[in-house]
Amino acid sequence: MSAMHGELWLYGALVVAGFLPHEIWRWIGMVLSRGLDERSEIVIWVRAVATAILAGVIAKLTLAPTGALAAIPLAVRLGAIAVGFAAFLALRRSVLAGVLAGEAALMLGAALAVP
Amino acid sequence: MSSPAVTHPSDPPASAAFLAGMRAGLLSVFSLVLAATYVGIGALSQGLGLTLWWSLTATVLFWAAPAQVIFIAALAGGAPLLETAAAVSISGVRLLPMVVAILPLLKRPDTPLYRLLWAVHLTSIATWIEGQRGLPQWPRERRIAFYNGLGAGMCIPAASCTVLGYALAGRLPAMLGAALLFITPLVFLTSLVRNARDGVDRLALALGLATAPVFAVLEVGLDLVWTGVVAGTAAYAAQRWTRRQP
Repeated sequence: MSAMHGELWLYGALVVAGFLPHEIWRWIGMVLSRGLDERSEIVIWVRAVATAILAGVIAKLTLAPTGALAAIPLAVRLGAIAVGFAAFLALRRSVLAGVLAGEAALMLGAALAVP
Repeated sequence: MSSPAVTHPSDPPASAAFLAGMRAGLLSVFSLVLAATYVGIGALSQGLGLTLWWSLTATVLFWAAPAQVIFIAALAGGAPLLETAAAVSISGVRLLPMVVAILPLLKRPDTPLYRLLWAVHLTSIATWIEGQRGLPQWPRERRIAFYNGLGAGMCIPAASCTVLGYALAGRLPAMLGAALLFITPLVFLTSLVRNARDGVDRLALALGLATAPVFAVLEVGLDLVWTGVVAGTAAYAAQRWTRRQP
């Protein structure tokens, strides 16, 4: 790639075709939030939309992952998420406990399922 | 024109709020997520022949891993710039509702927009979730400083792990790669449940988890945005309806 384009061209592309078209949504959000109160109905609704988008990200990362995670069977991934979530609930809602338990379940499941 | 006093003598100084934010960002479990994510991005960038400085600049300018991955993959694949810009822009739409939901916690009605520019740039999933948790504990006048510190603190693992991944490229065992990728859904799920303020948040999460696979299978464009609008609106409507019942 560097052979095709100069270093300066890559920085220019990063700003014009990467940063600006991506950042614009943050700026639009900034303008739209003018005059809104955190307890207003619109903000409660928008927060529900943002939360549901994140839920969608979680579902996609678990059900249809990319890279090395895709090599681990779906049943193992789902089981490991369930174990992690159960550990989180059982251990005083500790996110770290959930991560450690989920990862341990993933490793164990992968070792058993993938010979 | 005199403006009303906005700070109290008892308020901690802005620098203290910034440093507390940095500390919260560094110690957050999201630093683990960012570290894992950017090790992957650093390795990918090295593999595609990008320079380390360019990759670091991209980490800071996007401050959103999906957009960065889409951009470098498109660049490496020789996609036309306009097409690349469109793909990156679509991945950024999800940031709009996050900014709209977090800014009312940060600002006052008269806060000038330029004071929020850095804060909105820092808004991504990690700062959004940790911000909702940490911000209410600060007086309103110190929240922008706290939030800027939170983002700055999270930039440290992100940037240093971009470098680490760049250096380790091609030498990561597959099992470690899978384990790193799995940190993200685990942290997102548990921290969203931990942070849920009321029934709407929990219902939006549950409905989003259930709806996302449907939209993904239907292969509609912008499936994440559709998931958000449909599941989020349904959760909001259900909560309004139950609130009205005696």
